[in-house]
Amino acid sequence: MDVLISGLLLGGAYALVAMGLNLQYGVARIMNLANGEVLVLGGLAAFWGFVSFGVSPIVSLLIVGPLAFIGSWVIYAFLLRPLVKRARNRGQLEVDTILATFGMSFFLVGLMVSLQAEYFTYSFLAVPVSVLGTTVAANRLVAALLAAAIGTALYLWLNRSRAGMAVRAVAVSPQSAGLVGINVARISALAFALGGTVTALGGSLISTFVTLDASAGVIFTMKALIIVIMGGVGDIRGSIVAALILGLVETAVATVVDPGLTLVAAYAIFLAVLLFRPQGLFGRRSA
Amino acid sequence: MYRRILACATAALALSFAVPGASNAQDPIKFGMVAHLSGPLAGGEAVTHLPNVQLWAEEVNAKGGLMVGGERRPIEVVQYDDKTNPAEHIKAVQRLATQDEVDFMIAPYGTGFNIAAAPIYAKHKYPMVAVTAITDEIHELTAKFPNMFFTLGSTTGFVEGATRTLEKLRSDGVIGNKVAMVNVADAFGIELADVAREKFASAGFEIVYDKSYPLGTPDLSPVVKGAKAAAPDAFVAWSYPPDTFALTEQAIIEDLDVKAFYTAVATAFPAYAGKFGGAIEGNLGAGGVNPETSAMKAYRKRHQDVTGKAPDFWASATYYSALQVLQQAIEGADTTDRAAVTEYIKNNAFDTVIGTIEFDAHNNSERYWSVGQWRNGKFVAVADTGMGDSVAPVAKKGWK
Repeated sequence: MDVLISGLLLGGAYALVAMGLNLQYGVARIMNLANGEVLVLGGLAAFWGFVSFGVSPIVSLLIVGPLAFIGSWVIYAFLLRPLVKRARNRGQLEVDTILATFGMSFFLVGLMVSLQAEYFTYSFLAVPVSVLGTTVAANRLVAALLAAAIGTALYLWLNRSRAGMAVRAVAVSPQSAGLVGINVARISALAFALGGTVTALGGSLISTFVTLDASAGVIFTMKALIIVIMGGVGDIRGSIVAALILGLVETAVATVVDPGLTLVAAYAIFLAVLLFRPQGLFGRRSA
Repeated sequence: MYRRILACATAALALSFAVPGASNAQDPIKFGMVAHLSGPLAGGEAVTHLPNVQLWAEEVNAKGGLMVGGERRPIEVVQYDDKTNPAEHIKAVQRLATQDEVDFMIAPYGTGFNIAAAPIYAKHKYPMVAVTAITDEIHELTAKFPNMFFTLGSTTGFVEGATRTLEKLRSDGVIGNKVAMVNVADAFGIELADVAREKFASAGFEIVYDKSYPLGTPDLSPVVKGAKAAAPDAFVAWSYPPDTFALTEQAIIEDLDVKAFYTAVATAFPAYAGKFGGAIEGNLGAGGVNPETSAMKAYRKRHQDVTGKAPDFWASATYYSALQVLQQAIEGADTTDRAAVTEYIKNNAFDTVIGTIEFDAHNNSERYWSVGQWRNGKFVAVADTGMGDSVAPVAKKGWK
């Protein structure tokens, strides 16, 4: 039971990390290597709000969200759209955006170092809560519940709303989506901005229980990448399921076998997915 | 390309804080520094090293500089970022030595980086007063690099400090024999855990839980749950900053009620007390200082006034002291000749904020605090080597 609950909570945190990247990569076709930095920026905002103004990180989500949305939209419109326009095919776009966002990640690290070079560490809801007989940290529980809420909202929006359908259409094929009258440029910007928002919100939540620093982003980018590829590019359900599996496996291995083997276990299941289902758990076979 | 821009930007940043009083015509004495401005060790560097360099440079230049050859020469710090990357670090040191032709170097943050850079310092004859470098290879290293000096102690010294602290608590009847020990699976944690296994056993302690976890583990609750299930009397973690924070938080959540709770790096950081407040009263950790000496009090006040933040309770003061050693050696030798300054460091005693620093035949200063304990907002040394001013450790009384 311990393993199940701790694992699900860790998985919830991983889901927060991965959903944003999935929207950006799956729909807007932007392989955003600065994703982790955006996450840390969200964490920095929550830390700053809490330490300087005593604002609860949950409240600062309301400010972080819109700011991240606008910021990501602006980045897409000015930095990435020119790359989208000139790219002749998807491969070229991926290479270009990897380089551009890689550069952006250094810019963001530099920015954050100049704002706060030390660890972003504070205590918020660091109190025990009993869930079905297992002691868990309230901050992890809140983060996992909000991850579930964000995930559900995104899933419903993608599958039930008109805009969501357009997003899914662009994810399947930007060319065909354009032919049926979808404003692909606009939908891509929307998906990218939404991805940035989810990532930054995730960062704010994660900062309540993980000690972040300005340079911690790259670790999250790697984890997000693994989860997105495991779950299937462009599918939110996949990201969530893959994140939960990763969380459960890591916790199970740490508890039952040895904490030293968590990384090995994570890469082992990643390898297994790549070997037996290279398109990801929920991915479509590429044409 | 971005590397070059970053290097230029950081160099410019360094210059901007280095020379407020340098408008006179004197030729400045240049100090090179390769810092981890980004990357995994940037957080520690920003607490322990950078503010001290700023403080020291401002103080020296406020006096008009260093007194060398009958005149005061201002100092200038030339700084590069290595992104916590050893290869970048070496390149930057090389560049400082050959392109910028700095007169002296300020030692880097982290054991691995000090050891990695030592050969280049030796090649260019820079005296290297290492601080945040803790190893059991001090004798071998200083035999190979006679310009290298150590000030913060050895691995064994640190473990012996922790062992003595636990022994004292046991003889006081505070704790029993059972110790739960965890370590971060990184050179530092592994080395300390290896030595500790032996020292704890020979002191008659029983290690009831002994696990390592990878660097950057996002969830340490299985580790703390496991330790708690082993019902220990004492908990010892050879940890790095992020896991020091995470293990302590999990211990509070799981209510790991031990009378001795030890975490390693970052326990001495002001941010540790800032995060946990009164819950960490009685927590043990690596480092500690004697906050009551007048030199230490004055130093802590100046640090706060000049840099706007408090120093940590461990290596901050020692790092500042290492800069004082360099300063006094240059002025004492009355030259910027590096070989002469190195000789001066070997043969003299230095008056610093942590007291007298004097190097033995192995270029090692055997005066350092090794274990501290949080008491009323101060992290006070409870074990030391050669200092002799530690206070007795007391029981930790719960997390509430």
